[in-house]
Amino acid sequence: MALSLTSAVSKNAKILALFAIACTAIVAVVHLLTKDQIILQQQQELLRNLNSIIAKDSYNNVIYKDCYILPNAALGTVSPQKVYRARKNDSAVAAAITTVAPDGYSGNIELIIAINIDGSISGVRTLKHQETPGLGDKVEEKKSDWINSFTGMKLAHDNDGRWLVKKDGGMFDQFTGATITPRAVVKAVRNTVSYFNAHQSELFEATSNCPSQKTAKGTK
Amino acid sequence: MKINDEYKELAWQGLWKNNPGIVQLLGLCPLLAVTSTLTNAIGLGLATLFVLICSNTTVSAIRKWVPKEIRIPIFVLIIASFVTCVQLLMNAYTFGLYQSLGIFLPLIVTNCAIIGRAEAYASKNPIKQASFDGLMMGLGFLLILMLLGAVREVLGQGTLFDGATLLLGEWASILRIEVYTLDSQFLLAILPPGAFIVMGLFIALKNAIDDRVAAAKPKTENHEISRVRVNFDEK
Repeated sequence: MALSLTSAVSKNAKILALFAIACTAIVAVVHLLTKDQIILQQQQELLRNLNSIIAKDSYNNVIYKDCYILPNAALGTVSPQKVYRARKNDSAVAAAITTVAPDGYSGNIELIIAINIDGSISGVRTLKHQETPGLGDKVEEKKSDWINSFTGMKLAHDNDGRWLVKKDGGMFDQFTGATITPRAVVKAVRNTVSYFNAHQSELFEATSNCPSQKTAKGTK
Repeated sequence: MKINDEYKELAWQGLWKNNPGIVQLLGLCPLLAVTSTLTNAIGLGLATLFVLICSNTTVSAIRKWVPKEIRIPIFVLIIASFVTCVQLLMNAYTFGLYQSLGIFLPLIVTNCAIIGRAEAYASKNPIKQASFDGLMMGLGFLLILMLLGAVREVLGQGTLFDGATLLLGEWASILRIEVYTLDSQFLLAILPPGAFIVMGLFIALKNAIDDRVAAAKPKTENHEISRVRVNFDEK
């Protein structure tokens, strides 16, 4: 009795192990076949985002490889952020900095902010957010033109009172029914520009240290 | 002839009588969460359909070698590997859609409709029937997803096929239909409560149709019986 039980258990264990190996093998093969394509897609996505905020013909380096990781403390974020540097013939043109606005209406809003060498904003894009559809999601470029209202703006000094939503006395529109979201975005952009203005030369001089393009956008 | 009848029955079960979406109410989580637009609905529906066919076929093919005691872990293994493959493939070839489906793509693993069909049908029937069953159940699910997606998208945003380029590539932008223009979106339809309400209406509609059919049926039967009796009396 005991013997037959053990033999049944070991037989089942063997069968289960065989299936586990076969399934893992299939997944591994598909992973190998799609790996390069997935990396390519992520690079293209990143490049699309970068090119929508930095004019494509203004630089001629491989921008997604010219990438430097900012320490957490720099922008006050929980996770390290990245700076992509655009250069033309080795002279700095603009930098695209990723950041997180932690105080959105429902959690983090991930942003990428491109700033020209003269400190004016070249463009801002929302990479990821969970704001309310129809209200706070107007921070997406697809849904509303609002995010483009940053373009060309400059931060005169760190306490520049114009860098607030209109409700707080600033120059940026809030949305009907949603003030928290644009307030969070404006604050994060302002912090980033302020950091850029203070640390411009180090940002462009630092050597590239981003691991690989696979994790370039922080997606899984 | 007999085999034909079986296929007919399978199709009828999957598409209407035992539809995984509105009758079995399986896989409600993705059903309600991703149907805010038609494109998302089609994307998830096709992924589920594909997984269902593959898992049913595989489960049926190996049904003789799988001991009863460990069939569930093996089915889960098979389903999980197919879902992972679909996920990798979508990540590689339909990147935008992969991003907009987000967490609901890997969650296909937990869609009870799939393990339910593996356990209830595929593990007891030949490969052909099992894969056909997967096809029909998948189509039934896809159909409900599409209906929900279409209704919610029209009500919520006033469009159809918004973002179809994510699924089908650049040419698909011509598919986008602006049914009417909304100044601001109708939030209830886009958020999950809207999905529950529309879903409830669908189930009610299906039940109403079934009731009407059922009400019509006994009449004809009675009619036949009385005719038989009349004939008998005449004899």
